[in-house]
Amino acid sequence: MDGFARSFLLTEIVKGFLLTLKYMFFVPRVTINYPYEKGPISPRFRGEHALRRYPNGEERCIACKLCEAICPALAITIEAEPRADGSRRTTKYDIDMTKCIYCGLCQEACPVDAIVEGPNFEYATETREELFYNKDKLLANGDRWEAQLAANIAADAPYR
Amino acid sequence: MLELFQNPYVSWTFWTVLYTLVVIVGVLLAVAYYTYAERKVMGGMQRRQGPMTVGPFGLLQPIADGVKLFSKETIIPSGANRPVFLLAPMMLFALSLVAWAVIPFDKGWVLANINVGILYLFAVSSMTVYGVIMAGWASNSRYAFLGGLRSASQMVSYEVSMGLIIVCVLLCTGSLNLQEIVLADRPLWVQALLFPMFIVFLVSILAETNRAPFDLPEGESEITGGFMVEYSAMAFALFFLGEYSAMILMSAMTTTLFLGGWLPPFGLTALAFVPGIIWFAVKTMAIMFVFLWARATLPRFRYDQLMRLGWKVFLPLTLVWVVLTAGLLLSFDALPG
Repeated sequence: MDGFARSFLLTEIVKGFLLTLKYMFFVPRVTINYPYEKGPISPRFRGEHALRRYPNGEERCIACKLCEAICPALAITIEAEPRADGSRRTTKYDIDMTKCIYCGLCQEACPVDAIVEGPNFEYATETREELFYNKDKLLANGDRWEAQLAANIAADAPYR
Repeated sequence: MLELFQNPYVSWTFWTVLYTLVVIVGVLLAVAYYTYAERKVMGGMQRRQGPMTVGPFGLLQPIADGVKLFSKETIIPSGANRPVFLLAPMMLFALSLVAWAVIPFDKGWVLANINVGILYLFAVSSMTVYGVIMAGWASNSRYAFLGGLRSASQMVSYEVSMGLIIVCVLLCTGSLNLQEIVLADRPLWVQALLFPMFIVFLVSILAETNRAPFDLPEGESEITGGFMVEYSAMAFALFFLGEYSAMILMSAMTTTLFLGGWLPPFGLTALAFVPGIIWFAVKTMAIMFVFLWARATLPRFRYDQLMRLGWKVFLPLTLVWVVLTAGLLLSFDALPG
């Protein structure tokens, strides 16, 4: 067809219309229904922090303060003293989630896999103060997500 | 109470008001769900899901939107001309509802069966431009003013070719009464003759209702919303309702003029058992879908392209077609009446 017939019969517009019609009926959707459906997350996903425990319930953190030292955003604050049984434990382990840049260096630095960044990313709060996490909150996170945290660490272990 | 209804004037008023209410409520519900359909269809064509949260499949979304718009504050700019600013959306909305009076939904289902129905429809739909110009001027804003100007010249340009297309249809049907236009006998060759005009009419109603790809009066990306830019809450909602109601009205008008109104499609008398209102609704919805389809498919025209299409393509084409239709009808001795 020459140019005149093409423009007169609107072939290109008709082609465009057929394309959108095809997309509507024959091409699957790319979006998901978010709060009810969720996309897959990598085992290395760096989300909300958690402090883990050993299976016997003893907390892993030995207050070496490597995470505090490496944290580029200075978001972690740790105070420690020996416990009655002589082991070193933290008395205070705070993370300011408003400072954290989710770089994952605390997790890299930790020699006992105590501080980890978990798969949870839905922890928005209504006040700023709720984002200043203390040790209780971090340990509670660890208890809540332990199954998935352990699975993620196991999945990523061959590459470390 | 019952004696009162024996009075012919009282009962006539009662039934007319009732029918009018039924039509208005029907149209407003259709508008509400047309916005939902628009979001779903556009979503589908862009591989999204559209509204999904409010109600099953997001079916209550239009109601939630309505409640939101009702409960918002109407802001009137201090530089605006108050009476005109408030009158404009009301006028646009009222005009888009008034036009429904002459649309035949089924055989005899028409509020005002007047003999100049098509002229009335054309006049009322042309009046909507005043609402837009008033809004653009009264807002006292440059964006709104530009939108109003664009809308005025655009609607006037496309009404010329729309008028000529309607003349073509009238030549073939021989009546200005919408019911008689639907019922007029149309041989196949007449339908083939009108088909190009049907396409031109579809494009013209897109321009007439300021819809994409001719949505320059709104032109979000250049003039931020055009004539509606200063409106909020219920005043904005009235513009919105008016626009969508006008789109449905234009679809109904296309159905009546070209697609045989409430009659079964393609002259299939075997399908006549389906009520006429259903056929009317199905055909109207098909045209309404084209509005959304075009919006999801085509990018916005440039203003000079829009004017070129209106004056240098559609106007000569429709003029030639009027002469052609008249000549063919005359030479085959097929002029009605």
